[in-house]
Amino acid sequence: MKKIIPQAITLLLIFLIFGFFTYNANVNMSNRGMEFGYSFLKRAASFDIQFSLIEYSRESSYARAYLVGLLNTLLVAFSGIIFATILGLIFGIARLSKNLLIKEFAAFYVEFFRNLPLLLQLFFWYYAALRILPLPHETEGFHNFYITIKSLYTPSLVWENLSIFLYLIVFSIILIFLLKNYLKKIQEKHGKQFPILIISIVILLLVPSSAFLFGGSSFEIEYPVYKELSATSGTFIGGLAIPPEFIALFLALSLYTGTFIAENVRAGIEGISKGQKEAAASTGLNQKQILNLVVLPQALRIIIPPTTNQYLNLTKNSSLAAAIAYPDVVLVFAGTALMQTGRAIEIVSITMATYLSISLAISAFMNYYNKKVAITEK
Amino acid sequence: MLNKEKYIETNNTKTYIGIILILFCLSNVFFNSFFNIEILKFFPTKVGFLFSFILGILGFYLIRSEQSKLRFINFINLNTNNNNFNGFLTLCILILILVTIPPVINWFILEANFSGDSREACTGEGACWTYIKVWLKRFVYGMYPNEEHWRINLSFFLVVGLGLIGIFVKGKLKKFITLYYVIIYPIIAFLVIYFLISGGSFNLLWVETGAWGGLSLTFIVSFFCLIFCFPIGMLLALGRRSSLPVIKYFSVTFIEFWRGVPLITVLFMSAVMFPLFLPEGMFVDKLVMVIIAISLFEAAYVAEVIRGGLQALPRGQYDAAKSLGMGYWKMYTFVILPQALKLVIPGIANTFLALVKDTPLIFVVGLLEIVGMLNMAKTNPKWLGFAMEGYVFAGIIFWIICYSMSKYSQKLEIKFKTDR
Repeated sequence: MKKIIPQAITLLLIFLIFGFFTYNANVNMSNRGMEFGYSFLKRAASFDIQFSLIEYSRESSYARAYLVGLLNTLLVAFSGIIFATILGLIFGIARLSKNLLIKEFAAFYVEFFRNLPLLLQLFFWYYAALRILPLPHETEGFHNFYITIKSLYTPSLVWENLSIFLYLIVFSIILIFLLKNYLKKIQEKHGKQFPILIISIVILLLVPSSAFLFGGSSFEIEYPVYKELSATSGTFIGGLAIPPEFIALFLALSLYTGTFIAENVRAGIEGISKGQKEAAASTGLNQKQILNLVVLPQALRIIIPPTTNQYLNLTKNSSLAAAIAYPDVVLVFAGTALMQTGRAIEIVSITMATYLSISLAISAFMNYYNKKVAITEK
Repeated sequence: MLNKEKYIETNNTKTYIGIILILFCLSNVFFNSFFNIEILKFFPTKVGFLFSFILGILGFYLIRSEQSKLRFINFINLNTNNNNFNGFLTLCILILILVTIPPVINWFILEANFSGDSREACTGEGACWTYIKVWLKRFVYGMYPNEEHWRINLSFFLVVGLGLIGIFVKGKLKKFITLYYVIIYPIIAFLVIYFLISGGSFNLLWVETGAWGGLSLTFIVSFFCLIFCFPIGMLLALGRRSSLPVIKYFSVTFIEFWRGVPLITVLFMSAVMFPLFLPEGMFVDKLVMVIIAISLFEAAYVAEVIRGGLQALPRGQYDAAKSLGMGYWKMYTFVILPQALKLVIPGIANTFLALVKDTPLIFVVGLLEIVGMLNMAKTNPKWLGFAMEGYVFAGIIFWIICYSMSKYSQKLEIKFKTDR
């Protein structure tokens, strides 16, 4: 009885609150002549999106617009994660350096960027720092890279038969994975060691490049070319144009998240006691083996869980894009599409479900990893 | 004995050459960035820089020695120059500092404008602090009427003063402190802010929440969210570890939902979706909605942090409390929570820091705290082009707040560290 009553009260409360909200929503929507449903996704979106990875035009559907936004979110999140990891690794190791100057410099970076609101940093990059850049007709360029206030123009690759090349990359990664397991088994059986790293690099270089020889893949480099519109204005044609919104978001996200990753890396390395290294050395392992077989596996166990959390944070924080009009899923879908259709419940729920599924997927991975690396005690 | 003296002497000439080389390299960079003077004029710019850089590395190589007569050389060798790679990095950072610091100081102070009260006063190349001076009241108080600013100041002092009472209380009253902070203080603070800042009674002018803004709004929002998210988070953490399945799974779903979505979509939801869920004609103030939304959002994070503390406590503590005949609530309030909360102070401080840093996001629903005010001031046609000054100003304020919070939490952590 003592266990049933509090549960029953909680259930009742939840039902009452949800019932109250759904009832009100029903009444409100019927009063305003709105109906619930997801059929609007097939209608033509009829708005433009500045920056898109896949083909998109005004005639495309809302579902397509959603996909464009999602891909833009994933693009900035992915590139941000890579750069933040690099920054985190460098500064995390630098904070443990014996060099006083390097240590203080890394500490300055961490304390500076960690204690400023991300939105403020984003605004700073977008509205203040990137506004100093020159106009297209004033820029000089650096080896066919042109950085202007409108965009960063870089040479781009024009591919033929790109898919074959990509398939071969995936194939070689699978090959390396299988080979690694096989070689490990041999090593466990016979005690013979193989240079796995060199073999995998060779495979990764050779197999995809065979696409150029036999698969008919090829690429050309397209350079951005200046086109004068009038004496004081012009633009660049061709090449790849990276919009400043992307650059600002990328910089802010990776510099901010990099500080947290740096702290994780530092904690991970510091968390390994000196005794571990000394014990490894006394069993006759050399410096490289100590690092690879003793220090790194243990440090990674401490570093990876909080770092995945930071990756997740970075992905969620990329929704700040809406503040500087980078067309991510929040701006395109929860902003423009919602304004046009007025379907608040449907659109907000889809947007939230998107982020929820991303974070649930990442935390599922994290649980799997934690289980895999957990110390099995006797 | 003789040999040793000779060793040091030869070392010294090497050291002096090294110092001269390093100083030459650094002064070349310094004159180049500060006065635009090239010492190595006979080289093209790039080669000149490279040449002096190599001289610098050579200098660091020369001053490296086991033991030197000069104290500061020993210090440099020990801390920044123990091998070639570190010497190289040291030189890189020194050059980086020399290249970046002078322009920054120039912009900040030397060429900046402090005087005047209109745009025309800003003529120099540097920052225009006049802009901040003119707009300061807006940045701090938002659109709150000028004559009523004393109300915000007074309530700020009242709330801070009431919060500091805990420090002075001694003796018998000390056991009521927790009760005071958890229940009485939030209510008093709410009443103070409601009656003083909102007004409407006691002959005070009614100021709607839409007019609140600036730094004071940042404080109000973070203050209330801090107060509310902590108890909610604690209940959720207890719920997640409860043995009753309904309560457990409700807490799990609640926590995972809020942790899985970005704050900006939560605020979007409260702005565009939530009004649909309310009965016809019922209206919730924007600010109240924002405070509820942020509190629930951060409560989920607080709950996870507290759960970590609960899990870290050894089972013996629970068993011991139970064997003394304590019930659930007694066990948690007197045995488990005091120990668990002590463990998670740094985690909670980090969550609170994140909360303060998240407050600018309320621009989504149209409330303008300090960053929002900056964005508004930036588009004022009379004051175009001073975005940088505004963001630097807000950045300094936020940095001071957040940095002191994190330092304070580190101090607390040390203070509460009890040996086990």
